[in-house]
Amino acid sequence: MTGRFSARAAAVADVAARYADEVDRDERPPVEAVMAMKEQRLLSLSVPTEYGGEGASMRELSEIATTVGAADANAGMVFAMHHSQALPLWRHGSRAGVRSTIAKVVSEEWLLGSATTERGIGGDARRSSCALEYPSPGRVRLVKDAPVVSYGEVADAILVTGRLNADAPSSDQRMLICAKGDYTLEKTAVWHGLGLRGTASDSFIITAETAEDMLLDDPYGTISAHTALPAAHLLWASVWLGIASSAADEARSTVRRQARATVGYPPPGQLRLAELMVGLQTLADSVRHSAERFDEAGLDASVLGSISFALAMNSVKISSANALVDLVLQALRIVGIAGYRTDTPQSLSRQLRDALAAQIQISNDRLLTNDAPLSLLAKVEL
Amino acid sequence: MTDHADGDLAAIREALEKFGRLNRPLPEIADDDDLFAAGFTSHATVNVMLAIEDALAIEFPDELLNRTTFASITALANAAAQSRGSR
Repeated sequence: MTGRFSARAAAVADVAARYADEVDRDERPPVEAVMAMKEQRLLSLSVPTEYGGEGASMRELSEIATTVGAADANAGMVFAMHHSQALPLWRHGSRAGVRSTIAKVVSEEWLLGSATTERGIGGDARRSSCALEYPSPGRVRLVKDAPVVSYGEVADAILVTGRLNADAPSSDQRMLICAKGDYTLEKTAVWHGLGLRGTASDSFIITAETAEDMLLDDPYGTISAHTALPAAHLLWASVWLGIASSAADEARSTVRRQARATVGYPPPGQLRLAELMVGLQTLADSVRHSAERFDEAGLDASVLGSISFALAMNSVKISSANALVDLVLQALRIVGIAGYRTDTPQSLSRQLRDALAAQIQISNDRLLTNDAPLSLLAKVEL
Repeated sequence: MTDHADGDLAAIREALEKFGRLNRPLPEIADDDDLFAAGFTSHATVNVMLAIEDALAIEFPDELLNRTTFASITALANAAAQSRGSR
């Protein structure tokens, strides 16, 4: 990574790497890496300069997510999810409460979480059963039974979706910023995953009451399609690229060790490594190109709302989630028994378990189901 | 870094002798001569790197794996010194 944020991203990655195994073993949030992100001001950098941020592009965020994700996927995912929430604030909000939240992100490096799925609905973030209530003029109240609020107890604010009001259909959603102090969390289940064990994706009932100007302007359907979903897909994929590259590094180091023992007679793993690098390069090109596509779209609603854009943003998620698992398995075959063991410095246990989340935790099948009708309407933009 | 361990220079020269595939005899090449001008290729650098790593029990870090590192015997000795402790 060579961009203007590379030194700061590397500093965070150093910290994240140091605690990665402990975070995984103890199933706890990567708090040291989050502190480092705050110190390095990585949480405010997607905020435009006119609001006091650094105006980082998606391409730049993508590179940082990869660097941090290679060190610890949990920390990478926190970075990814935070910016998927930070971007909608200025792209889809204009009221005073939203503006003051942006100011908090800039001045205090607030970490933003989200609660978009709901018990009883399944994993579909585009429907809600809970509804906003308006107890008094200018005030809004929301109670949500959320099966997943990643790093909910570490966040400084949580963006929560609900129906516009008690009469609204399930898809007519709005997004409310619940800042710390304005909500309570009642934990209903604890996250014990095979991988990504440090995202602390616990379940909570969120009870919030706050000012009405903490609502974003646009319906959540627009926020999701134009910003939150593409950003999440692109930044998750960027983290996955990091996982794949860290597994590939281990494979490369193994082959180099073998090659040193028989200089001039390449070990068989060298061919497998060359093959792995092709897959990794393809993944990197796809992720970065897709990030640039998001940047090129700018704030043009006709592009962001197009079917081809939606398909492209789903495509990068699905293809990179699939590629990731294959790449880590290829690396594992090269590293061999030292990678399979869980007590070696070469162990790929964490990378493999984290990689498996990519296809499962955010279901490829749900995205394909969403894509299916669209694929009859639009051709792939070449 | 100008003072290189004699052992390093000897190991580097031995690696170049065995795997460098240079087009001039090694004794004629001075420590600061351009190795690429003497026929060194990127393919040959791989085996030279591995042989040096093996002989000195070091591992060149990624950031040193570029053409500059392999430009001369002196450059290789600097890289070897920098790599100490990285394995």
